Amino acid sequence: MQSTPAVEVTGLVKRYGAKTAVNGLDLSVPRGCVAAVLGPNGAGKTTTVETCEGYRRPDAGHVRVLGLDPVAEAAALRPRIGVMLQSGGVYPGARAAEMLRHTAKLHRDPLDPDALIERLGLASCGRTPYRRLSGGQQQRLALAMAVIGRPELVFLDEPTAGLDPQARRATWDLVRELRADGVTVVLTTHFMDEAEQLADTVAIIDGGKVIAHGAPEELARGGAEDTLRFSGRPGLDLASLLKALPADTAAAELTPGSYRVEGKVDPQMLATVTSWCAQHGVMPDRIAVERRTLEDVFLELTGKELRS
Amino acid sequence: MTATTETTSGAFTPQPGAAPLPRMIAAQTSLETRMLLRNGEQLLLTIVIPALLLVVFSAVPIIDTGAGKRVDFLAPGLLALAVMSTAFTGQAIATGFERRYGVLKRLGASPLPRWALMTAKTGSVLVTEVLQVVLLTVIALAMGWSPTGDPLSVVLLLVLGTAAFSGLGLLMAGTLKAEATLAAANLVFLLLLVGGGVVVPLGKFPHAAQSVLQLLPISALSDGLRGVLQHGGGMPWSDLGILAVWAVLGLGAAARFFKWE
Repeated sequence: MQSTPAVEVTGLVKRYGAKTAVNGLDLSVPRGCVAAVLGPNGAGKTTTVETCEGYRRPDAGHVRVLGLDPVAEAAALRPRIGVMLQSGGVYPGARAAEMLRHTAKLHRDPLDPDALIERLGLASCGRTPYRRLSGGQQQRLALAMAVIGRPELVFLDEPTAGLDPQARRATWDLVRELRADGVTVVLTTHFMDEAEQLADTVAIIDGGKVIAHGAPEELARGGAEDTLRFSGRPGLDLASLLKALPADTAAAELTPGSYRVEGKVDPQMLATVTSWCAQHGVMPDRIAVERRTLEDVFLELTGKELRS
Repeated sequence: MTATTETTSGAFTPQPGAAPLPRMIAAQTSLETRMLLRNGEQLLLTIVIPALLLVVFSAVPIIDTGAGKRVDFLAPGLLALAVMSTAFTGQAIATGFERRYGVLKRLGASPLPRWALMTAKTGSVLVTEVLQVVLLTVIALAMGWSPTGDPLSVVLLLVLGTAAFSGLGLLMAGTLKAEATLAAANLVFLLLLVGGGVVVPLGKFPHAAQSVLQLLPISALSDGLRGVLQHGGGMPWSDLGILAVWAVLGLGAAARFFKWE
């Protein structure tokens, strides 16, 4: 049973009238992983996740969640997953703690609601009706409701949208703890750093398709080069430097005294560059390594900013 | 990157599963009832208005209610109004906004099956109705009401009336926008209050209008209750029949057209 992926989506197509929200999307999430589905608004993130949750019937393609069909086998699947919608989902008049306790009662072996409320910093507003909670408090309550039933798999749709940095950090810590305890987490986000910080695997989607996927470091590297910059005396002989470096490395003097080396930047490369500088009596000022981020990757792949 | 900050507490170790169905339904019924009783506008509609109408119209001769004590005519009508206010108006508005705010959607992903949610909603409507009936009965008795008739007929009328109004309320909540439901449910409440034999005898309307009005669920319910409680009549088959038809049509249409999102 552990051999099947937690989520397996192949060739998913979902249309709303004339609009195609998801257009042949593939996604596989191994068990125990944190998977981030990353993309701009309207990329198809929510549609994909909601199809996995059983809310949408695919127009084409194949979806299995914990080995089950989310629509046909919903009754068997629902107790095993936790769901955090992008917004809403709570009676406007229900108090925060009341709603969480109620959600706990729908599960066989839930977490302690009070401990979870404390943990997510909701203790001070436990008696506040949902409609009077701040956006961040509403988000955290929805997160608590998603995990209270001790699910195997949790879907979080933009879990940190609208959170302040501290609450965001608390959410990240919770996701890491879920993962450490063996819970599979699928989250959507349009924050690059969130995907880089949390995810074991990232699927970048745009226009209803996965345009790149892999571990965040892999994606950021993505075959492209990292960059090392330093300043020194103008007119250094870079040919001798290149001889000491791997064959696929490039070097250039961009402006007099300002140098750029492109290639696989690792400790060895850095040592080679600095010892070459030492041989030439150059003090490499402002030496800096620049790595691509997922943000750069996204910009390159789609030609657009992630957060419009 | 991720591995450095992880702490394995074991607190979240998966142990999923649905609670036993009776426990889920009991919890959901209790929550739905609390939500209903906590809502000020709902209370106005379900408790204050019927009670106020009963007191005012019984005490002051505003409307000619025919022979006999006014309260004997009014109490059955206001019991019918109480059923309509909770099963139809209140339920339609609450469910409409639950749909709008994603409550129904979120519950759809919980272990609670949809039929169990509807069972819980019915349960909370019945609990509220019991409170209403007790309150109205106490007020009416205090004002000199002397009910007669067979309690079984009364219960049957109330249950079928609840089914009929629930179907119509859920149909509205599940197909219209929340704001439209709010407006329409209140409007229908007002129209049926006036034209459904609740406080105004149907006999006051022109003959042609009467033949249509008496087919309304509120008229069937108030007429049926009056026939039993005021006149001590037997099982009111024709009124029960009208309510049953509304219940089948309303619940059937709601089941067919209800949109959860």
